[in-house]
Amino acid sequence: MSIMDQNGGSVIAMVGKDCVAIASDLRLGNQALGVSSNFQKIFPVTDRIYLGLPGLATDVTTLKERFRFRVNMYTIKEEREIEPETFAHLVSSTLYEHRFGPYFCEPVMAGLSKTPSGGYKPFIAATDLIGCLNFAKDFVVAGTASEKLFGVAEGLWEPDLEPEDLFETISQTLMNAVDRDAYSGWGCVVHVLTKDKVITRTLKGRMD
Amino acid sequence: MASVFSPPGFDFSNQLRNNFMAQKGLPLPKATSTGTTIVGCLFDGGIVLGADTRATEGPIVADKNCEKIHYITESIRCCGAGTAADTEFTTALISSNMELHGLTTGRKPRVVTAMTMLKQMLFRYQGQVGAALVLGGVDSTGPHLFTIAPHGSTDKLPYVTMGSGSLAAMAVFESGWKANMSREAALQLVKDAIAAGIFNDLGSGSNIDACIITASHTEMLRNVEMPNQRVEKERQYGFRRGTTAWKTENVRSLIVNEEITLLGGGDEMDTT
Amino acid sequence: MQHVAVPHAQPQQRQFNPYSENGGTILAIAGANFSVIAGDTRQSEGYSIQTRYAPKVFRLTDKAVLATNGFAADGNMFVKKVRQRLEWYRHAHAKDMPLRAIARLIQTMLYARRFFPYYVYNILGGIEEDGSGAVYSFDPVGSYEREACRAAGAASSLVQPFLDNQIYFKNQTPAPGTTHPAHLPLSHVLSLVIDSFTSATERHIEVGDGLEIYVVLAKGSALQGLDAIQGLSELTTTDDGERMFVIRRNLKRD
Repeated sequence: MSIMDQNGGSVIAMVGKDCVAIASDLRLGNQALGVSSNFQKIFPVTDRIYLGLPGLATDVTTLKERFRFRVNMYTIKEEREIEPETFAHLVSSTLYEHRFGPYFCEPVMAGLSKTPSGGYKPFIAATDLIGCLNFAKDFVVAGTASEKLFGVAEGLWEPDLEPEDLFETISQTLMNAVDRDAYSGWGCVVHVLTKDKVITRTLKGRMD
Repeated sequence: MASVFSPPGFDFSNQLRNNFMAQKGLPLPKATSTGTTIVGCLFDGGIVLGADTRATEGPIVADKNCEKIHYITESIRCCGAGTAADTEFTTALISSNMELHGLTTGRKPRVVTAMTMLKQMLFRYQGQVGAALVLGGVDSTGPHLFTIAPHGSTDKLPYVTMGSGSLAAMAVFESGWKANMSREAALQLVKDAIAAGIFNDLGSGSNIDACIITASHTEMLRNVEMPNQRVEKERQYGFRRGTTAWKTENVRSLIVNEEITLLGGGDEMDTT
Repeated sequence: MQHVAVPHAQPQQRQFNPYSENGGTILAIAGANFSVIAGDTRQSEGYSIQTRYAPKVFRLTDKAVLATNGFAADGNMFVKKVRQRLEWYRHAHAKDMPLRAIARLIQTMLYARRFFPYYVYNILGGIEEDGSGAVYSFDPVGSYEREACRAAGAASSLVQPFLDNQIYFKNQTPAPGTTHPAHLPLSHVLSLVIDSFTSATERHIEVGDGLEIYVVLAKGSALQGLDAIQGLSELTTTDDGERMFVIRRNLKRD
């Protein structure tokens, strides 16, 4: 039992065809005791970047505010919105700054980055609790159900899924993983990002 | 955070709280480590560096294709093993300082300089920055190859290995390395050494990265060999749309709609 | 060699740990008239591979297969003792022990060592007396249950939720006017088993090298496309009983 498992919670992000999805459970617990079934762990950073923060709940809240501050400072200084790749490095360096007294969070990011031709390219990334970046081309996971998520995602994920198909795949992956994890679950939320809209859905699943 | 200004370097503000939690019996979670096989090998006109591409969190593979050969300068590269974040940030910091050093002196900085900067930093942190490095490059004094251990001790040798696969890789070097090898022979030996790590050490896996550094040119061979591609799955796992039951939906449109409504009905003031 | 004097008053304690953990994963799925029991063949300790071929799945009788996972030495010894008890049963009763009786035997054998357990997770698969496919899963001290599917071992947490989804159709709503099948056909089950192991090999460092899948077919049932599977060999000994097959496949070796 580590500090990371104190409040529970899991996040996953997946790449599709010209779209990305990020999903999490909604549980907040105190060890085995469930406290809330509406604890949001995924936050919009810009219109096209979503950030998932599973881990110790106090640090989830702290980091969310810290990143909001730093992204606002970036937007003011640069007079433009931050790109997902840049934001990933901002997250990474913020966490590594606390190398010897870390925040107990493993951020997961999903976004669409602008290409020189004016299009959008899917982007996902995750870091460990001290900011080691992991840019994957398929999916990234974090949280108390990470092992289960790795197993299911490795089985279910396929390349070039359309937004509606990606929604099914990420939802099934998340729900089946959290159903086998005592510290995650109690409802799920999924965000699918496409070039012109963000679809947010709450899922109907087991609440035990 | 009292002010907008934050001083450079590490921030220890969470330590009091974290130590308190650790004292209550909650162990600190472990960071991503690169189980890793990294090697370096001297040849006739330069250096070949090699690395596998697996990053692990305990027994789980966190990243199947990460990059462990880091940029220091155009003709100096550094392979990292140990705590993944530490190798990443330590090499990035020293790379940055090497660039400034080159600009200050007006000369191409040497491999010993990078080695000294790295070892002094690692020694200062008494092994707490868990980076085990293989540093190689070519400068005005010729090719050089070093290992740097997490506590700051260094070795200068013609062929070196580090990480959990170091013994498997060293076995290949000990049986195959010769002085004044050709570029091709050295690259093949490095590939064989990394392959030995990939297949015999559970902490190492996936692909082979290599980097050939000579006085005139540096060639980064990313995924030079990919001996562990996943075979095609037996089934397709796409779901029928509507498989997942959902409760609420919210669609946020990102298209900015501009509608121009003309005021008046054609009887505007005549301004001709 | 330097001799270090130890004060006599100081009490000294030595420890011996009789257990170790040898990685790998096992998995079994029951069908209507067949049972599939599979395991990878890598045996490891720490970051080292001890051998790339150490079977974890064992044929017990013409219709029973036992998979063991955990501490390999305990697993091998346990299988040896179960086989011995099955032979005694055969001598006493002139027939093979039925599957549900083997399951109960394994429980008593495991619980007999309640305070110095065999450090193994067992999964027993085979054909019941009524001709149905069955899977029994055990914990190290003998708690057991009959199920339709079960994964155990190092990568069980990766594989089990995938099986929940694909075997039990958990969290899937059926298309309007349809229902999910209670039992899957053999070829479907075999492809799920193979994909489970290739997935586990990708993400777990202790899984890989080789895959052994045992298939037990109930008396008089058709091959159900089994003959088209590559790497198949038959182990059946009698003409009129259950048929047993083994499929051997390679897994990634990194």
